[in-house]
Order: sequence, then structure tokens, then C-alpha cells
Amino acid sequence: MTSQYAQAVVDGVLSGGVYALMAAGLTLIFGVMDVINIAQGVMVVLGAYLSYALSVHLGLDLFATLVVTVPALFVVGVAVEWLFMRRLADRDRTAMSILVTYAVAIIIEGILIQVFGPDFVQLHGPYVDKSVHVLGFYLPYIYLYGFMLAVVLLGLLYALLYLTRFGQALRASLQDRRAAELIGIEVNRVRTLTFGIGVAVTAAGGMVFGATNAFNPNSGYDLISRLLTIVILGGLGSIGGALVAAVFMLVVEDVVAVAWSPTWSTLVFFAVLVIVLTFRPSGLFGRTAVRAQ
Amino acid sequence: MTGETSLLRRGGVFAATLAVTAAFVLFPLVFSNPTTTSIAFFVLIYMIAATAWNVFSGLSGYIALGHAVFFGAGAYTLAVGAEKLNVSAGWTPFALVPLAGIVAGAIAIPFGLISLRTRRHTFVVITIAIFFIFQTLAFNLSFTGGSSGLQTPFPLWTAVGYNQRFYYVALVVLVATVAMAVVVRRSRLGLQLLAIRDDEDRALGLGVRTSRVKLFAFTLSAIPVGMAGAVYAYFLGQIFPQFAFDPLFDITIALMAFFGGLATVVGPLLGALVLESMQQEFTLRFSAGGGIYLIAYGALFLVVILVMPRGVVPTLRDALANARERRAGSPGPGVRVHAPLRSRP
Repeated sequence: MTSQYAQAVVDGVLSGGVYALMAAGLTLIFGVMDVINIAQGVMVVLGAYLSYALSVHLGLDLFATLVVTVPALFVVGVAVEWLFMRRLADRDRTAMSILVTYAVAIIIEGILIQVFGPDFVQLHGPYVDKSVHVLGFYLPYIYLYGFMLAVVLLGLLYALLYLTRFGQALRASLQDRRAAELIGIEVNRVRTLTFGIGVAVTAAGGMVFGATNAFNPNSGYDLISRLLTIVILGGLGSIGGALVAAVFMLVVEDVVAVAWSPTWSTLVFFAVLVIVLTFRPSGLFGRTAVRAQ
Repeated sequence: MTGETSLLRRGGVFAATLAVTAAFVLFPLVFSNPTTTSIAFFVLIYMIAATAWNVFSGLSGYIALGHAVFFGAGAYTLAVGAEKLNVSAGWTPFALVPLAGIVAGAIAIPFGLISLRTRRHTFVVITIAIFFIFQTLAFNLSFTGGSSGLQTPFPLWTAVGYNQRFYYVALVVLVATVAMAVVVRRSRLGLQLLAIRDDEDRALGLGVRTSRVKLFAFTLSAIPVGMAGAVYAYFLGQIFPQFAFDPLFDITIALMAFFGGLATVVGPLLGALVLESMQQEFTLRFSAGGGIYLIAYGALFLVVILVMPRGVVPTLRDALANARERRAGSPGPGVRVHAPLRSRP
């Protein structure tokens, strides 16, 4: 009985890492640009489909596909920002971004339906169905590798944010756009790159998601609501917060699934957000007041 | 503007309203083909929902993506009510429609109390989260029949008469909703909501009781959506959780309002007319897959947002006003940056 709960906690931590990877880009974009990228969910699915196509048709290893999919989604992100997001007026930016990215999401979904059809698929590799037993825990390799990938990429993202000039510029734009412009930061360029990076990260998340879940072009909707929940709970713009929130939420979900029933675990997932926000309206790790709107 | 032209314009608006209402009333009599009237019925349902959504979200700038909760609650109120009260098919189940509105309003109060504590960004997400909680409940509670859904009474009307009756019931709800939207738009409440949209902190400083105003408008906007859900459920004859609580419904009504123009009365009506009839037309033409439809829908939307970011109605209205001013020869400041505070619907 206890081991069942311990196993649920371990599962939650591992899949939480994958969700953190998917949510990291979202929180970055949200924090820097004040835009909600509804398309992030379907972009995860797009990344998964790209990995799928590469692994099925070229026989590439799943992790090797990232060499192609990450830059590809970076280009998608930059294109979306450059074509659409940049044109939004400062006022109503958040509201308009929901609509624009939703329109982008349904176009991507439509393309995926045309190309891959509406059936569910899943990524396969030699390690996808195997697992290792450590200290009595049952650890699937794909979750293990996915978690490691998440840690490495989130680490890189952190380094990028805190150790580079670009990171400084990005954080400056996040704090105060006008002041950043005044000291010579090209905020527009920072925004475009941020959007590109935020979307590129989802390619990695998408690959691991596609290997651990069956997905179809519709899967983006379920995903985006979970990712938004994680991002809000972690506090907007905080990658560390997103990681903690993702692990927390998935542990709660998995434990509820064991203790109660999997049908109610989804409800608990969203209920946790509602309860937390009732007491802490800016999330677990958010700045006490979200920036002036 | 002189008093005389203002009076003239008012007369024009009145005449236009009368003409449009007459067109709506006559439509199912002229085009009685059941396929057409069923599309018209769905258009009316979305007109109600988009207009009601606009009363809160359009005026206050708080984008709610959880109104499907009210739609679903209304749908289940009719289905469960008809079952428990043993209501016979025919006109009687329509008596449950106002009850559905009340239930939706009653749900909106705690929903609003929780979600409206947060600011705009978070509000969007928390409405989505609450929506998913309700969807899960509808799938799993016993009185909703779970995923196998519920049947509503089935009246034995002919295909033509069936659609016409539902059309007129929906039309009555729509007229009431539009009247409510006009009243709110012109009232103190409407101004307070616009003040919240423009600068919430300043509005609060100027004495607007922002929490109370937002909650009241939120509840007001939930009621017609619940009523629309009830009529919709009765029309379909059965109700399933995934259709009653549909995440696409949330975003669709928001798109319709944006398409036509936020904070206008005509905007959501126009948006629902264009987008819903397009949607129905596409569904009829491309039955399977529908990838092309999604691409076309998304592309149309992007074009409208980029060309007319404030929506069709405000853009056209300003273009008209500019043309009129140019003809009158006054080179006044024609371009307005935002929808004017007071403008005719």
C-alpha cells in the first residue's frame, strides 16, 4: 500500500519534469511578452508529430530527432511572433494574443489533420516500453530519460537567463519594457527570440510527451489547459516556479489516482489551482502583484 | 452634432432595428427548409451566447473562457428537470428555460467570487480550470447520466414546425438578451465596466465598487447563456457532457464577439451570424476530418484581427464617420483610438 503511494510520487515527479519542460516556454513567453500562447499545446503536439515522422520515415532515434525538431519549432515560433504577435497593440495585448494564438493553433491543428489524419499515434523507440527497477520502484526508461532531458534543458534555459547578456536583456524587458528600451536593449528582438526559444523548448517536451502518451491533432487542447494551470500556479515568468508547480501538480494527480480514482484526479488537478488562487491570487511563487496591466 | 441630426440618426437606428427584427421573424416562414432553419436556430443560440458574453467580457476587458459552464448547466437543468418532474413533450419543457437561467446565474456567483479575485491574465486561466472541473463533474456525477448522457422529451412535431418553434423560442431569448445588453451598455453599470476595462485601479480610486460591479455583470452574462443551453439541449433531444461542456464553445463565443467588435451591441450578433453559418456550411460540405475547414477558419480569423483589430463593426463605423466628416469638409480628428465611451449600438 505504502509502496503504491511511493510509486505514485515517483511517477508524478518524473512526469512533472516533462510537463515542466512543456510549460517552461509558456511561462517565459508569458512573463516577457504579456501574451498567452494558446498554441503552445498544439505546438507540443506538432513537435511530437515531427519526431514521429522522422523516426518512422528516417528511422531516427527519438532523441536524435530533437536535432531537427527543436530548430524547426524555433523557426515556427519566430515566424508567429514576427508575423502576428508583433502587430498587436500594447493595449489589450493579452486578450488579443489569446485570439491570435488560438487562430494559429487551429491552423496548425488543421494542417496536422490533413497530413497525419485524426487517429491516435505514439512514438516508439527501443527504450519506450522498458523499465528499470531501482529500490523497489518501477522506473520506465523513457520517463527517466525524459526527466533528465528536462533537467538539462531547464538548466540550459536558466544559464541562458542568468549568465548571458541576452538573458540580462530578457530579464530587463520582463521587468520594465520602457526602461529596457531606454538603456539600448532592442526589446523587439528580445521578444522575437524569446518566443522562438519558448516554442523551441516545447519540441523536446513534445517528443517525450509523444513517447509517453498516445496523441492526435486534438491533444493540444487538453494539454494547454494543464500547462496554463502549471504556469499560473508557479507564478508567471518563473521557470523554477513552473518546475515546482509541474512536479507538485502531477504528484498530487498521481496520488489522487491511487488513493481515490483516476476519474477524479483531473478534477483535483484543476481544483488545486482554484484553491491556491483563492488564498494566493498570484500563484505559489509569483511576485506579490502581477505587473500593472 | 446638432440635435436635429442626432434625432434623425436615432430615427434611423429605430427603423433599422425594426427592419432587422422583422427579417428575423419572417426568416423561417420564408425559408422553411429544415436544413436552413436548423442552421438559423444554431446561429440564434450563438448570438445569445456571444451577446451575453460581451456584456461582461467585452465591456470589462476580463476575457472569460468558461461560459460553457453556464451553457452546460442550463442544458442539464432542462434535461434533469424534465426527467425528475416528468414533464411531457411539447411546449411545457420550455417552462424550464427560465429556471436554467436562474441555475446558471446561481453558479456564476461562487464562480465569479473565486475567479474575479485575480487580475486579467490569471482570470483567463482560472475560468478554464473551473470549466474543466465542471466538465469532469458532468462526466462522473450520477444524476447527469455520465458519458451516456440524458434524453430530453421528444415532441412529435413535423420537421418544419419543430425547427420553427425552437427558432421562435430562441428568438424570444435573443431579443431579451439584446435588450439587456443595450440597457447595460447605456447604464451606469456599463460605464463602470468600461472604466474597469480602461484602468481598474483608477476606477476603484474614483469610487467604482469594482468587485461588486464585476460580479454583478458576470452573473448577468451567465443567465442568457444558461437559457440558450436549455433550448439547445431540448432541440437536440439528448445531451452529452462533451457537447454540453465543450471547450470550443468557450473560445467560439469569444471569437464571435471579437470578430464583430467588443463592447458593441451589433458586433456579437454579426460575429455569430458570419462564423456560425460558415461553420455549419463547412460541416455540411466536408463531413470527415475537417482539416481544411480549420485552416480556413483560422486564416479568416487572423486576417480579420490583423486588418481590423477592433472588430468589423467599430472599424466600419469609424470609416463611415470619417467619410461623412470628409464630405462635410471638416478635417476633424477622424481616427478614434478606441471605441468611444458612448456610441450607438
